[in-house]
Amino acid sequence: MGHRENDHIDIVGRLLKRGVSRRDFMKFCTAMAATLALPAGFATKIAEALEKARKPSLVWLEFQDCAGDTESFLRANKPTVAEIVLDVLSVDYHETIMAPAGKQAEKSRDDVVKHQKGKYIAVVEGSIPTKDGGIYCCIGGRSALDIVREVCGNALATIAVGACAWDGGWPAADPNPTGAVGVKDAVRGITLINLPGCPMNVENLTATIVHYLTFGTFPATDSHGRPLFAYGERIHDHCERRAHFDAGQFVRQWGDEGHRKGWCLYEMGCKGPETYKNCPVIRWNEGTNWPVGSGHGCIGCAAPRFWDTMTPFYKRLPKVPGFGIESTADKIGAGLAAVTAAGIAVHGIARAVKGKPKEKETTE
Amino acid sequence: MNQRLRVYAWEFPVRFTHWINVLCILTLSVTGFYIGAPFIHAYSSKQYIMGWMRFIHFTAAYVFLMSVIIRLYWAFAGNRYASWKIWFPFSSDRWRDLVNAVKFYLLISRKPPYAVGHTALAGLTYLIVFLLFIFEIVSGFALYSQAHSGALWTLLGGWLLGIMHVQTIRLFHHLVMYVLLVFAVLHVYIAWHLDTVEKNGLMGSIFGGYKFVTGKEWE
Ligand code: HEM
Ligand code: SF4
Repeated sequence: MGHRENDHIDIVGRLLKRGVSRRDFMKFCTAMAATLALPAGFATKIAEALEKARKPSLVWLEFQDCAGDTESFLRANKPTVAEIVLDVLSVDYHETIMAPAGKQAEKSRDDVVKHQKGKYIAVVEGSIPTKDGGIYCCIGGRSALDIVREVCGNALATIAVGACAWDGGWPAADPNPTGAVGVKDAVRGITLINLPGCPMNVENLTATIVHYLTFGTFPATDSHGRPLFAYGERIHDHCERRAHFDAGQFVRQWGDEGHRKGWCLYEMGCKGPETYKNCPVIRWNEGTNWPVGSGHGCIGCAAPRFWDTMTPFYKRLPKVPGFGIESTADKIGAGLAAVTAAGIAVHGIARAVKGKPKEKETTE
Repeated sequence: MNQRLRVYAWEFPVRFTHWINVLCILTLSVTGFYIGAPFIHAYSSKQYIMGWMRFIHFTAAYVFLMSVIIRLYWAFAGNRYASWKIWFPFSSDRWRDLVNAVKFYLLISRKPPYAVGHTALAGLTYLIVFLLFIFEIVSGFALYSQAHSGALWTLLGGWLLGIMHVQTIRLFHHLVMYVLLVFAVLHVYIAWHLDTVEKNGLMGSIFGGYKFVTGKEWE
């Protein structure tokens, strides 16, 4: 691993050697154009750009994470997207998959930061603890906060992958014992692209990088810094079960007739109606399937603070704050109605017992 | 009791929006409840039950919005019984009336709260009710704006998504329905109770606009 910023990749040549045909390469470019919501004609443009691209270095940092995004990254396999991505990028530092270890590994990271200042791409996975001086996550004797500030602060751009790197994710869920935050709150004033989700979908990471290699810019983002091509539309509006929603056909119990027939999972707590992501379109594992397709409701993993806001995952509405665990909005509603009825009954009886106030009595 | 004066208290826009609101709230509650917990099962995917419920909910929502706007306009353009001022019973006189009214409803006092228009307590209640109406509209349009992006919907409620989490908005949109339904039941009961005590034609007044005044209102 070294400084290969000037290497042209001759990507097609290399892929041919690995048994990936030009046709497969073009298919990949077409898929990328589609993911990025670009007109089909852009596939050629992407192909040309990738053929000419210089290999940007990539530093992949892992903090308070489960390596789920790394898993997602390594499973990239649209005509071996993994090979294309790994060939297009020079992954100079990635704790989980790199060969060097210990001091040597730290050196590869420091080299990139030193020699390629402002030219490499930083990818961050996992949240960054800030409580007690950030001691809850240290690598090579340095705190995550320290590392992320140095590495992201000197990068061309940072891509925060997964819910944790975006807004703290799981570690930041109430009561957030480590004071975990995402990159956006740990380092200010950097070019940051957020790819939330638990985990992020590698197709969106690939598409974001391909966009950069093709156009020299990162894709347009929303107010949360999420690329619009991936987070611009609601799951519910592209869901294959939507017709069942509109019809009124709902799964009511796991394994019931509706579940076997693939009806809508709304009543099982599906959060598709409040979650923005392109899962129903690009799906997962080479487009094989996605959670709702396989019969489980969306848990809203790409939504802000999803662990706190989208739970309970199997109920439509959150718990009512300040009431017991079991209280739902409807139970409280029923309670209110009962109290009202009782109040009226008591009032009516008292009124009858005390007798109607007489007109005369009220005039003095 | 001998001399009864007929007073035109509730002008047409007040009565009109009152009944539109009744219809809208009933419709919005039934369809909204279905949206929250779909209680009718479709037997064929050719049906469109949720589709219609949502369509009716959204149509009623626009009617309700217009009705609330008209009523708010009338709070400035209408007579003194319709004025926005009745919603703020915070002068010392009105405050005393308010305490007396509470005592009356708790059956502690037998002196009914006389007023040609709204009593102080009623005024304050309607302030809260109108705020709840506005909350339902804003939170409803916030939910609506998730699938319908556009400046109009952002203005009507979409901005709330930037302040509150959408699930919290949904929860309160749902809970406030119950609060409004409880209000409706109490409202009818109290109107009937007052009518029988004061014999001032209160129940009829929301249909025809006229109330009877016996002079006690100015004591
Ligand atoms: C008195 C007024 C209203 C009542 C009582 C009411 C009631 C409800 C209820 C109970 C729900 C179900 C919430 C849930 O459990 O998920 C709901 C959903 C909804 N309401 Fe209302 N609502 C009212 C006014 C409005 C208004 C003015 C709008 C404006 C457009 C609106 C738009 C919506 C939307 C968009 C949904 C969600 C529909 C969906 O997810 O498909 N509501 N309403
Ligand atoms: S399964 Fe979920 S996302 Fe799909 S239509 Fe039903 S509620 Fe919407």
